[in-house]
Amino acid sequence: MKKETGIVFWRNMNARKKRGLKYLLMAMPFVIFVFAFSYVPLFGWYYAFTDYKIGQLFTQAEFVGLKHFQKLIHDTDVLRVLRNTLVMSGLNILVSPLPVAFAIMLSEIRGRRTKKVVQTVTTLPNFISWIVVYGVAFSIFSSNGLWNQILEILHLPTSQVGLIGDGDSVWGFQLVLLIWKTLGWNSIIYLAAITGIDTELYDAAKVDGANKIQLIRHITVPGLMPTFLVLLLLNVGNMLSNGFDQYYIFWNTFTADKIEVLDYYVYKLAFKAGQYSYSIALGMLKSLISIILLAFVNWISKKVRGYSLI
Amino acid sequence: MSIGKIRKSSDASDIVFNIISLVFIVVFVVVCIYPFWYIFVYSISDPALAKQGVWLWPRGFSLETYKEVLERDDILIAYVISILRTVIGTTITILCTTILAFMVTRKEMLGRKIIYRLFVVTMYVSAGTIPWYLVMRAYHLQDSFLVYVIPSAINAYYMILIKTYMEQIPASMEESAQLEGAGFFDVLFKIIIPMSKPIIATCAVYAAVGQWNTWSDNFFLVQDSNLQTVQLILRNYLQSAEAIAQAVKAGGASAASEAASAVTPASIQMVAIMVATIPVLFVYPFAQKYFTKGIMMGAVKG
Repeated sequence: MKKETGIVFWRNMNARKKRGLKYLLMAMPFVIFVFAFSYVPLFGWYYAFTDYKIGQLFTQAEFVGLKHFQKLIHDTDVLRVLRNTLVMSGLNILVSPLPVAFAIMLSEIRGRRTKKVVQTVTTLPNFISWIVVYGVAFSIFSSNGLWNQILEILHLPTSQVGLIGDGDSVWGFQLVLLIWKTLGWNSIIYLAAITGIDTELYDAAKVDGANKIQLIRHITVPGLMPTFLVLLLLNVGNMLSNGFDQYYIFWNTFTADKIEVLDYYVYKLAFKAGQYSYSIALGMLKSLISIILLAFVNWISKKVRGYSLI
Repeated sequence: MSIGKIRKSSDASDIVFNIISLVFIVVFVVVCIYPFWYIFVYSISDPALAKQGVWLWPRGFSLETYKEVLERDDILIAYVISILRTVIGTTITILCTTILAFMVTRKEMLGRKIIYRLFVVTMYVSAGTIPWYLVMRAYHLQDSFLVYVIPSAINAYYMILIKTYMEQIPASMEESAQLEGAGFFDVLFKIIIPMSKPIIATCAVYAAVGQWNTWSDNFFLVQDSNLQTVQLILRNYLQSAEAIAQAVKAGGASAASEAASAVTPASIQMVAIMVATIPVLFVYPFAQKYFTKGIMMGAVKG
């Protein structure tokens, strides 16, 4: 009886539905893949509610409920790390107009070839790894580096450990490195947006006698606002994620206090202090708050500008 | 027509703006390129002279550090591994992601929207480093070359880029092919992919650069000394330059060659950086047009 219904079912489906089902089956390997690598790890959040010890099986971990989360709320070290994270994200947001300014300056360059060369050179730092950036920074800013040599020649005070080991200027130094690495690249999207601005606006304004600065203030900047605001909102939504690479690479005992951000601290808790469950709890909290933040920021975007970010 | 003041075409503020612009751009360009020049120049200088200060030109000329460093096994193996992962990983990623993108454009696919969202969500929701680490170990991917090329096989961001591009290909092309009896794979490989070359090339370049630069999978999951990548070897060289310099000196055939070896920790670091970065420096100017194209396409989407 069942087999017959099956055959009738299949025959009754039109060719279109059959194709649809075929495609779905073909997509299954990909679905399994994304499930295995992106969704299965989410089950790891279960460990946040246990006292997991590395090497244990899933079922062996001792269940402790919300113990880690309660500890998190009172952990002053986590507060310090949160402070570092928000400072670096905040600074990054503060300097986010820089790529806009750079794009505007670039767009005023006559000569396509010069523009291309400048673009190529300034986007290069984006495509080296943070390890190479560290190598470059070390060769210049270490105690024997170029920077100290220049300071000596100018008879200015030099630091014993160089900027790499300076615990006070961590935030500023890392920000400068980040700008160096991303300014050229981030300005590309604004350059693309500038080419999308109606040239008739510029022509009309020039007829009215506007100079460059007025053109920029009244046409270019408003034209770039939509792009800028979208990126700004996305930056705000991702506030808690600074990335692991940069902060791990530049970590040393001198800079530790200020350089440890959430993404690094999660690593430290697990791999240096062996507190896997606690680390997972913190990571889980961070992910959840980030999702809420992103949803909130998306809602703002819908309300104010009328469209969703994602 | 406005009856306002008619300004001269070259306003004073225009000139100031141009000057400030020029200065800023020139300074930034120099800041972007000089560090690499400095490292290069240092690496080909005589190490003892270089210690006293290198600016624009090498002081002395010595390829000895290069010779010593490139003879070391760990660098050679790492190069092979990094090249392998870049070639194999990029191929796998582009193949899988392109096929998936094409599938997602098939409007008849059952559950198309759900499946699409399943992938997009992965860009915003992350389980975290430790869960990822534990899962990779559970799959026995630690200390395996596969960990470099399998997990990255599907990339949601590239998929979105490619899918969006594919959707702009006129349906008529596909329809005429189907009239001649072309099936799923015929349409994909003979029509859609050739027409999507720009975006696929862009994603391939992104993916390749990503493969060359990625070191965290190596760091967390691979301890086998035969599977290290160039990036982590570079980090080792940067951190342990003193020890390596000693080892290099001691590796000479006699006490005389040890004394004669001019290699310094600093010169070793410079050479290591060059070795890890030269491929990028060479390939990048050619690949750069794909990157900018990619961003422009992403801008159109977003």
